[in-house]
Amino acid sequence: MANFILRRIIGVVPVICGVSIVIFLLVHLAPGDAATALLGPQASEAAKQELRHTLGLDQSLPVQYLAWLARTLRGDFGVSIATHLPVLTLVLPRFGNTLILTFGSLLIAIVSGYVIGLLSALRANSLFDRLIMSVTLLAGSAPPFWLGLILVLLFAIQLRWLPVSGMDDVTGNGGVMDVLRHLALPAVTTAMGPAAVITRIVRTSLIEALGRPHVRVARAKGLKRSELLRRHVILNALPPVITITGLQLGYLLGGALLTEVVFAWPGLGSLLYDSITARDLPVIQATTLAIALAFVLANIVVDLINAKLDPRLREA
Amino acid sequence: MSEGADAGLIVENLRTRFGSDRAGATVVDGVSFALQPGRTIALVGESGCGKSATALSLMRLIEPPGRIISGRVLLDGRDLLAMSEREMEGTRGAKIGMIFQDPLTSLNPALTIGWQISETILAHQPVSRAAAEQKAIELLRHVGVNDAERRAHDYPHHFSGGMRQRVLIAAAISCRPKVIIADEPTTALDVTVQAKILRLLRDLQQEMHASMLLITHDLGVVAAMADEVMVMYAGRIVERADVDTLFHNPGHPYTKALLACATGIEDDRGVPLEPIGGSAPDLRHPPPGCRFAPRCSAVQDLCRAQDQSLRALAGGHEVACVVVEQERADA
Amino acid sequence: MSGANSSAGIVEAVSAAAAPGSGSARFWRLKSFARNRAALISALVLVGVVGAVTFGPLIGGLNPDDADNLARYAPMGSPGHLLGTDQQGRDMLARLLFGGRVSLLVGVAPTLTAGVIGLALGLLSGYVRGVVDQIIMRCLDVVFAFPMVLLAIAIAGAMQPGVLTEIIAITVILVPYFARLARTATESVVPMPFVEAARAAGGTPSAIMLRYILPAVFGPVIVYATTLIGLMIVVGSGLSFLGLGVQPPTADWGAMVAEGRVVLRRASHVTIIPGVAILIVSLAFNFLGDGIRDALDPRTIRR
Repeated sequence: MANFILRRIIGVVPVICGVSIVIFLLVHLAPGDAATALLGPQASEAAKQELRHTLGLDQSLPVQYLAWLARTLRGDFGVSIATHLPVLTLVLPRFGNTLILTFGSLLIAIVSGYVIGLLSALRANSLFDRLIMSVTLLAGSAPPFWLGLILVLLFAIQLRWLPVSGMDDVTGNGGVMDVLRHLALPAVTTAMGPAAVITRIVRTSLIEALGRPHVRVARAKGLKRSELLRRHVILNALPPVITITGLQLGYLLGGALLTEVVFAWPGLGSLLYDSITARDLPVIQATTLAIALAFVLANIVVDLINAKLDPRLREA
Repeated sequence: MSEGADAGLIVENLRTRFGSDRAGATVVDGVSFALQPGRTIALVGESGCGKSATALSLMRLIEPPGRIISGRVLLDGRDLLAMSEREMEGTRGAKIGMIFQDPLTSLNPALTIGWQISETILAHQPVSRAAAEQKAIELLRHVGVNDAERRAHDYPHHFSGGMRQRVLIAAAISCRPKVIIADEPTTALDVTVQAKILRLLRDLQQEMHASMLLITHDLGVVAAMADEVMVMYAGRIVERADVDTLFHNPGHPYTKALLACATGIEDDRGVPLEPIGGSAPDLRHPPPGCRFAPRCSAVQDLCRAQDQSLRALAGGHEVACVVVEQERADA
Repeated sequence: MSGANSSAGIVEAVSAAAAPGSGSARFWRLKSFARNRAALISALVLVGVVGAVTFGPLIGGLNPDDADNLARYAPMGSPGHLLGTDQQGRDMLARLLFGGRVSLLVGVAPTLTAGVIGLALGLLSGYVRGVVDQIIMRCLDVVFAFPMVLLAIAIAGAMQPGVLTEIIAITVILVPYFARLARTATESVVPMPFVEAARAAGGTPSAIMLRYILPAVFGPVIVYATTLIGLMIVVGSGLSFLGLGVQPPTADWGAMVAEGRVVLRRASHVTIIPGVAILIVSLAFNFLGDGIRDALDPRTIRR
């Protein structure tokens, strides 16, 4: 297992290098010239020239990349163009909020997806099953940001059960209950699409696993139904489920970015949105890097869980 | 336990149907037999004749769209078909152990070998996990797995087909069942391994004084293992005899055809037996009269007119054939 | 354990003997018909939507930017405004029809572009193998390392917002998916006898790729593309919602939702209508994709 982890971590290094190159190059996608963007259109040509020199913008791309990488590795992400604050101080506090939202929705997606998928699989082709399948189809096809607004309309505006937005920082006065109340709608919104996909894959893999010959052998042993389901059906249905759940992380993180904007959730998504609106490239870079790294890390964790579950995978 | 304690397994008029009443097929149609302790009955026939469905019905492992529509399966004087599902769970694995055809897919790839044996013990006996695991290791050793202590922690993909079948046998006998049902236990194995597995099964059966229902299409296996033979065709038992009588003095034309075929052709493992011209009848629309009539070389008008039930000949020999009955009476 | 098909062996034995027209055969045919019906309805819906957004705006009297200050917040079914008006008094139906042009374009154009690029990369990668394959695949891995929507937002965010930006951003995130699919398909076709034969006959690699492998790889790519268009319309609407796409006063469906959001309390139909449009089109493409897959692969019908 240790070997497997090591190999997986070594394998991810070139990917992270590639990710850093892409993020570095983002700046060069931007129209116009960075010095003008930084100093404003009124700045003198001399001042721009000087800034280009200090920033190393007059050097070749590879040299610039290495310099940027060196700074980034030291934790120096530069200064925000819009606020003139160090980028790191902007990104770090937002990171926690995005994690809360992502984990909250991941939890909702997994629990609801697994439970509903299981119930559906055990009653395959029943009315319940068909209803669930239709609902998942709808939830999986709807734009998440729009679903969020519909939920706001329903639960915050019509029923007045939950607040629309305005979450304080987690460390704020509201306490945990306040965070949870504010979390409910954005988390459910973000979770819906992934929950739909997870429900479907759970159902499909369970139905497939139920039909495997070893399940009948296990029944012939006289195992109790719960034991049978747990060890001989669910355990075997898990690998594809975990893989798909892992893939949902990407959609979930992406969806969370949009949901944050809808609900004014003070996370990386809102920060990204604000910095795009303000054309604040250093912040765009740092935010993108933070989310991409979190995603790469999450994928390693998914692989480890899969290897833990499937002995054949570990040894391959 | 009731008074019928050591009567073995008694099956009466078992009928199992797939599909609805209107459209469907009765794949086990009125099977009856008695299996005494220590004895082995072989159930032979072509693929799809209802052998496996019979075995699964005894275990109540038939699943929708299949269902058992009538009959009694008596073990220790109790009708398994009348039990609650929970009682049945307590019977499977404990009183009846079943061994399946394909050892490659019969083990759960995600659980260790040791676990898959000890879980049977834990399901039926009030012992600790550690004790069950220890027992599993002993059983592995008993069925001929070397280095059992270590191998108990291995996963199925480390085992060959023959070794996996040994593991499955160990699991099936772990609670010393009174009845062993072995459904084509060697069909999926190499010829060289088949004999070893059969010997192991027979030794274990004798040691436990268990009765065995051996399902096979391989008459060589029948000759080596069985005391008594039942020949099944299209859901029905067409002949029942002790093993010597069946091989030396077969009654039913179908049995004769099977025997003629088996002596002529090399035993190709895994290839379904297809010894006779024509094919088995469509059980959703069984032919009137004797179901073998359309393929029978000795067929008479009478055969198509009326159903043929098992009739006793001499010495416990039973045949469902009016022609044979007449011949023997004339002789 | 009800409903599970552990008795599959026996069921198969029975249904193998089943003549056509039997209960079970009829059941399967009904089921596949029901599926095809969903695909058929979806195709009709899509033809309707494309027709409406193409020809609808040509009918006189519809102007998506014509703000009628006296008729702001008109609800659905108001006289002269079938779907009501928004906060500026602009006709929702007109905006929906004009916006639909952009929304469909943003879903379809990147999928087609990425399909072509990905197909080329995957063919090359799967046929040539070696270093070329390694380089292409490692580059794609990098794109896979980003959450899809994040990369699209970052690319679009760094560039000048606009329809073209949106199309480029979505194309970039889609290429790896197509390339991987095309590569796998190519790898499965290459060992086949007809490819061997073409090679033995002295066909050049490019000729073999175009004439023998491309047709075999094309099917799966088309199926994939159909399914992805639905998702891409959703992703595109997300980018537009963030203001990265078409700029005001023009608005596609995603941007319309963003505009409606401001007046959600006062006039919820401004938000609901464009979202329903996205949902219907995305659902229809998903059903259509399923239908095409079933039609191409007879094995899936029994599932």
